[in-house]
Amino acid sequence: MGQQIVNGLFLGSIYALFALGYTLVFGVLDILNLAHQAVFMLCAYVALLLVLHLHLPMFVAFPVAVAAGGLVGLAVERIAFRPLRGRSDSNISGLISSIAMATILEALALQLFGPDVERFPFGVVPDRTLHLGDAVVSELQVVIIAIALGMLAVLTFVLKRTVLGRRIRAVAESPTAARVLGVNVDRVIAASFFVSSALGAAAGVLFGLAFNSVSPDMGRTVELKGLAVIILGGMGSMPGAAIAGFALGLLEVFTVAKLGSSYRDAVAFGVLFLVLVFRPRGLLGAAALREA
Amino acid sequence: MLLRLAGVRRTFGGLRAVDGVDFAVGEGEVHGLIGPNGAGKTTLLNLVSGLIRPSGGEISLGGHRIDRLPSHRIAALGVTRTYQNIRLFPALSAVENVLVGSHLRRSDPLWGRMLFLPGYRREEADALQRALSLLARVGMEERSRERASNLSYGEQRRVEIARALASAPRVILLDEPTAGMNPTEVASIAALIREVARAGQSVLLVEHNVKLVMDVCDRITVLNFGKVIADGTPAAVTADPAVIAAYLGSEG
Amino acid sequence: MSAESLRDLWLTYQSTVAFIGLNGLLALSVYTTLSCGQLSLAQAGFMALGAYASAVLTLHTQAPFPLVLLAGAAAPALVAIPLGLPVLRLKGVFLAIATIGFGEVIRIFFVNLDFTNGALGLVAIPQRTGLPVIYAALGGALFVLWRIRGSRAGYALEAIREDEPAARTMGIDASAYKLSMLVLGAALAGLAGALDAHFNFMVAPSNYSFGRVVDMLVYAVVGGTTVFYGPVLGAAFLTLLPEVLREVGSRVGLQPGPLRLFVNGLVLLLVILFLPNGIASLPGRLRRRRAGAHAA
Repeated sequence: MGQQIVNGLFLGSIYALFALGYTLVFGVLDILNLAHQAVFMLCAYVALLLVLHLHLPMFVAFPVAVAAGGLVGLAVERIAFRPLRGRSDSNISGLISSIAMATILEALALQLFGPDVERFPFGVVPDRTLHLGDAVVSELQVVIIAIALGMLAVLTFVLKRTVLGRRIRAVAESPTAARVLGVNVDRVIAASFFVSSALGAAAGVLFGLAFNSVSPDMGRTVELKGLAVIILGGMGSMPGAAIAGFALGLLEVFTVAKLGSSYRDAVAFGVLFLVLVFRPRGLLGAAALREA
Repeated sequence: MLLRLAGVRRTFGGLRAVDGVDFAVGEGEVHGLIGPNGAGKTTLLNLVSGLIRPSGGEISLGGHRIDRLPSHRIAALGVTRTYQNIRLFPALSAVENVLVGSHLRRSDPLWGRMLFLPGYRREEADALQRALSLLARVGMEERSRERASNLSYGEQRRVEIARALASAPRVILLDEPTAGMNPTEVASIAALIREVARAGQSVLLVEHNVKLVMDVCDRITVLNFGKVIADGTPAAVTADPAVIAAYLGSEG
Repeated sequence: MSAESLRDLWLTYQSTVAFIGLNGLLALSVYTTLSCGQLSLAQAGFMALGAYASAVLTLHTQAPFPLVLLAGAAAPALVAIPLGLPVLRLKGVFLAIATIGFGEVIRIFFVNLDFTNGALGLVAIPQRTGLPVIYAALGGALFVLWRIRGSRAGYALEAIREDEPAARTMGIDASAYKLSMLVLGAALAGLAGALDAHFNFMVAPSNYSFGRVVDMLVYAVVGGTTVFYGPVLGAAFLTLLPEVLREVGSRVGLQPGPLRLFVNGLVLLLVILFLPNGIASLPGRLRRRRAGAHAA
């Protein structure tokens, strides 16, 4: 039981990090950025390459990959979202545009790295274990959970206590009002994308380490789970995404334990449906999501 | 009385947009609904047409309650409307907009179209003819093929009225139909409203143009802060001190 | 040219033409809901249902092919009804997510279904169809959509797409129309799935992933979703383009798989940014520009 909880929290922390990026952009722009999973995947490769070819230690490769993710996010915003800003159907066209970017990035990864699964070299991934009650916890798991929680804390701090954070929240609330108050909306949106993609990149590297596998299609499953997480947590709600991420991780692990691994992925979608049918705004989201 | 509102309430969060409104509109009556901005007039129209549900009270049409019905059923019972910020279908032409408005009056020739049976062409030609004559009634016949988004403000308003008339409704809700129009246009709308009422259709008219309201309305209900502060003939309402204080006074 | 190389040429050519037909049907299945303003991405799941239903019938019964095709279209159409009723109430991106989820649930269901060999799927399905049937199906779909346009129902759909609440206040039962379009789209996707299964000899869950419905969406958007034939144009263009580029690509050392993906993504991006109403809107645009140039 304790083991399941640890595993669930471990998986959940990665889901939470990933979903935070999704929900941040949705909160600010009202658009679902489906290129998020491509950044997730790409930065796992970045970390892998830094470790493999430049022989950098993980604690250097990680922040570099995260920063790279942020930069890719800026590029995605500039190319695929900003030109669509004025349009009336910008949520759907933004969605489609992000799909286009994701496809391009995936194609790039496939061409550069091939479709096979890559692994981190031996020794990068710590393999010591601890015993916590009846649970066997690996050092890797502890590190990943700690990093995820740490990033969550930093993010909360940035959003609540810094000028940038206030501006992001203002734009999320109402871009027009924010503009009237003198906020440079373009720059705030760009910054949100940077942060969002950095979170996605972090999730990608951690995921790659956690399962010791990096491949061009690693983003796909997580993307869909991520959708379930943000729906459960409530679109646009950061605390919601965090809680829902952990919740889904735990749910998945317990489902596998009780029903077997073939139902693992179905859990996320089952939750997704139940939430959308009975309480579309999720745990902590704003109301009024249905049509008139 | 055709349209009856009894104790209608609507709150948004903590705000009481409509706070216990009673009034009625008879057949063939032109009924004005006036009041300062934010008094709840558009909210009332939204309630009657079914875009939103009341938090309390009853709305009935011809004796049947309509306040819990979905808006397409309310329309089928004979209530149509125009919108304060004009909601024509932008990519459709003027005549196509009116054709959509006539949805309820048309039979569906879909199978006939699929199988090229005789008869569907006639149905469609008739519908088109009716739409064009409605546009002619509002003076828009020449611009019938024009995309709605290319029309001027006043032209769009007129097309919207034609669209609302297209299903031969029992009650038409007009939300500030003459906003932004010049006096000639206003006069022609006034004439149209009187014509519509003479044909037995009722009109619930939300307006800021006080002169127009006095001219065409048989009765007027005055709202302020979601409550009815006066209800009666134009003469009675203009003389009402509460009205003068709340609304007409500030208009000068 | 020897008879053999000619035959080889025809075989390759034939399969591309077949894919254009199938992809055209799939693109239309996404278009049906887009035409009334709903983005539904469940079509890969519908395709899977049609493919499996028809394959099972063929492999386990003596059912004649028309019946098999009918089952392929009907199975997902029936499933679309209980799906649509709760889900079509959702707006925009939430509907998209719900339908993505549905498609995935279907795929996972088939991965776990032992009766159909789970993840391996069914193979050795006799090839009961060819180009004529595929194009007859495509033609039929185009015909139906063509006739809907300009009819009372067609205008209702356009109105719903432009402004659903306003359309409702004109007596249009938007929920019924949206559901009908979802069911029609499901039938088209199922039909395409059944045809695909009997042309390509196999069905497997991996064919019906989220990536598949993304492809369908790309065809529809690139071709243009404001006219009924747009999606087919997009399907044709995006099925042909990688074939044409493959020669070029292999000389430069690019793999066909990534190249096709890259082309899809790039074309989609260019279209959404610069030609939002797709390829179908190109003639109109050029005409307007020429008219403008004359006027100037």
